[in-house]
Amino acid sequence: MKKNENYNQETTKGMTIVVKKICQFMAPVIFLFGIYITFHGHLTPGGGFTGGVIMASAFILQILSNGSILERLRSEKWRLELTESIAIFCFLTLAVLGLVLTAYSVFFANFLDRGTFGQLVSGGIIPIGNIIIGVEVCAAISSIFIALLIFKDEEDEEESR
Amino acid sequence: MILFILCFILFMIGLYGVLIQRNLIKIIIGIAIMEYSVLFFLILIGYVEGGTVPIISEGFEQALFVDPLPQAMVLTAIVIGLATKALMLSVAIRLYKKYGSFDIREMKSLKG
Amino acid sequence: MIVLYIIVPLSAAFLTVIFGKWLPTLGKYLLNAALLFLTGLTLYLIIAGPEALIYRVGGFADVADVPIAIFLVIDGFTKILLLIVSLVGLLVAFYSVSYTKQYTGEEKFYALFSLMLAGMYGVIIAGDIFNLYVFLEIASIASYALVSFGIEKHQLEATFKYQVLGGVSSLIILTGIGFLYWGTGTLNLADIATQLPDHNIYNLFVSVLLIGGFGLKAAMFPFHSWLPDAHSSAPSPISAMLSGVLIKAVGIYVIIRLFFNVFALNYQIAVAITVLGTMSMIIGVLLAVGQWDFKRLLAYHSISQMGYVVLGVGIGMLLLTTGKDEKIAALAISGGLFHLINHSLFKGLLFLNAGSVEYRTGTRDLRKMGGLAKKMPVTAGSSFVASMSISGIPPFNGFFSKVIIIIAAVQAGFYWLALFAVLVSVITLASFTKVLKYGFSGKIHSQHEKIKEVPFSMSFSMTLLAVLCLVTSLLILPGVRQVFLTPAVDVLIETVQYSGTVVGL
Repeated sequence: MKKNENYNQETTKGMTIVVKKICQFMAPVIFLFGIYITFHGHLTPGGGFTGGVIMASAFILQILSNGSILERLRSEKWRLELTESIAIFCFLTLAVLGLVLTAYSVFFANFLDRGTFGQLVSGGIIPIGNIIIGVEVCAAISSIFIALLIFKDEEDEEESR
Repeated sequence: MILFILCFILFMIGLYGVLIQRNLIKIIIGIAIMEYSVLFFLILIGYVEGGTVPIISEGFEQALFVDPLPQAMVLTAIVIGLATKALMLSVAIRLYKKYGSFDIREMKSLKG
Repeated sequence: MIVLYIIVPLSAAFLTVIFGKWLPTLGKYLLNAALLFLTGLTLYLIIAGPEALIYRVGGFADVADVPIAIFLVIDGFTKILLLIVSLVGLLVAFYSVSYTKQYTGEEKFYALFSLMLAGMYGVIIAGDIFNLYVFLEIASIASYALVSFGIEKHQLEATFKYQVLGGVSSLIILTGIGFLYWGTGTLNLADIATQLPDHNIYNLFVSVLLIGGFGLKAAMFPFHSWLPDAHSSAPSPISAMLSGVLIKAVGIYVIIRLFFNVFALNYQIAVAITVLGTMSMIIGVLLAVGQWDFKRLLAYHSISQMGYVVLGVGIGMLLLTTGKDEKIAALAISGGLFHLINHSLFKGLLFLNAGSVEYRTGTRDLRKMGGLAKKMPVTAGSSFVASMSISGIPPFNGFFSKVIIIIAAVQAGFYWLALFAVLVSVITLASFTKVLKYGFSGKIHSQHEKIKEVPFSMSFSMTLLAVLCLVTSLLILPGVRQVFLTPAVDVLIETVQYSGTVVGL
């Protein structure tokens, strides 16, 4: 009986089955496109921020279509914040590594081999920075969205009390 | 020139929204409109007549580029604007929760 | 070495968030340690000598004499600001150790605090105007979040007002930066100074945009309306940071730097700045007298005292543009900068006092206090020192800086300005006599019978700040002034020297 109730809650939340299914198909594709944009940041327009926003939009699409449960959002938000902080700390470390590793010791020094122009693996630390920024932005935007959702849901809770 | 005037008009529309509207969300929208007009202005500064995308790729090493620096500035300003507006919206939601309204005329706990 | 000012607070912020779940108290100690380190570093830099340090991020060399790297610059003037930020920040952070126990999610408070510090350090040491803008926004966004930290009604309302005005001012600044780039084709402050076109209307237009934008951030007179709300609603340590440091670092510092070292000195701008300073001095104090809310009164006094700083600097600027005696100009500017240091100390202290009173009694209304001197001797004593300082009673530091400004005004022939400065000082004294009378002397209220002195970390910070209020009077001595103030004044007097030292042209 209880299981059935849960099941009902799961299915009645969110939008209709058509939207859900379409989103289920689209979300991985969007996510993949975000990864593509992030990885080619040093060659084509785009980069960490743009790719990160696209990746986050895949998550947001899923949440919007499937609906959300407050408790799950809370735990998810904490995990996203942690990811975000770790990513940005990695970025800081990357910048500091330039200070430590290069002979002329400057902040943000490009200490890796720059490779040949136009190839995917080139540009020294720039692609690494792009990937870190992509993860960071993805986590940040998802957590902003989730935080706003939590604020709204808390409101409903208080009203129903 | 006409584009700069349009930018200015857009800025004024945003300012009108901030000054006249009484709804929190509409004030935020006004600020967003102002921000976009400033971003358009920055992009226009860097435009070069007949310039192309400022990306060096094979076959385009010596092409005439538009100025890439304002574009970098705009990207940074977009990120900053995102953070500012996210914070503003969350404050607006919290205010709605406290007062049950988005109307700034009903928020009078600060005076003097 | 310069980048440490950005790396250390940023890593403190992110480490605090990463380990916040498991070690909620880590943030406190990390922030205090970071600030202690940075204070030491700043003192070392000041003692080491007045030479300017220049740093190119990423190590990009100049291409055909055009600076393309992001510059970080530390010269005499920045060192003073760095010292204020580190010192007041350290004491406020130590004060917060006990104060924030009343909040949930303490670690977020410290993370935001570190972010705000990183933003302020960045604004101070940035050598190009767009990075300055980015750091300014980091500091502003962190301060918006901190003002609303307690999520009460009035805090949220103040935050919204602060955010709207702050957002508009940021956009005005961004427009000004756009026009600067349009006219000069560069963003580097030192390079802008050499590339500025000799076109008066263009210069005036950009100057008005930038004064408007940064004046809003500094809460100068016509743009002051957000400050009393935001500064009085914030948690008290944050009020101390906002009033004591933030409006100086992101407002006054940038205005002084831009109009001395970047733009050519201009008579109209000098007059405008002096008038704005005088107006905010007078209007601020008149609005403050009638207040009964302790923190709101202090916030209005911040506007007034910043007016003194701007007045001193403005007189110096006027004298330099009209080509009169450079010595008097130097005196006026050093008075302004001295008052800047003093204000951050005593206003920080006063806000911490207000925080202590609120922490124990739960009220900010002066009429509901009274007789607290017997129960909270440290708070009462330190607030007596700070009140005397702010109203310019010898031998506290406020007296000396005000006297320098007034002497400079008289010597320069601006008798009216000197008169206004004296009058405002008298009204300030009257207003703080009210605070001391209603707040700390007299009969104690019945519901406050059981209160006791605040915890150690709070009383220690307040005592140290009170001692500093006395010690900074020593800056008047020639030997000490030579080390701290003179390098800063030199940077401002030798207006064109800045681009010479930074870009090497």
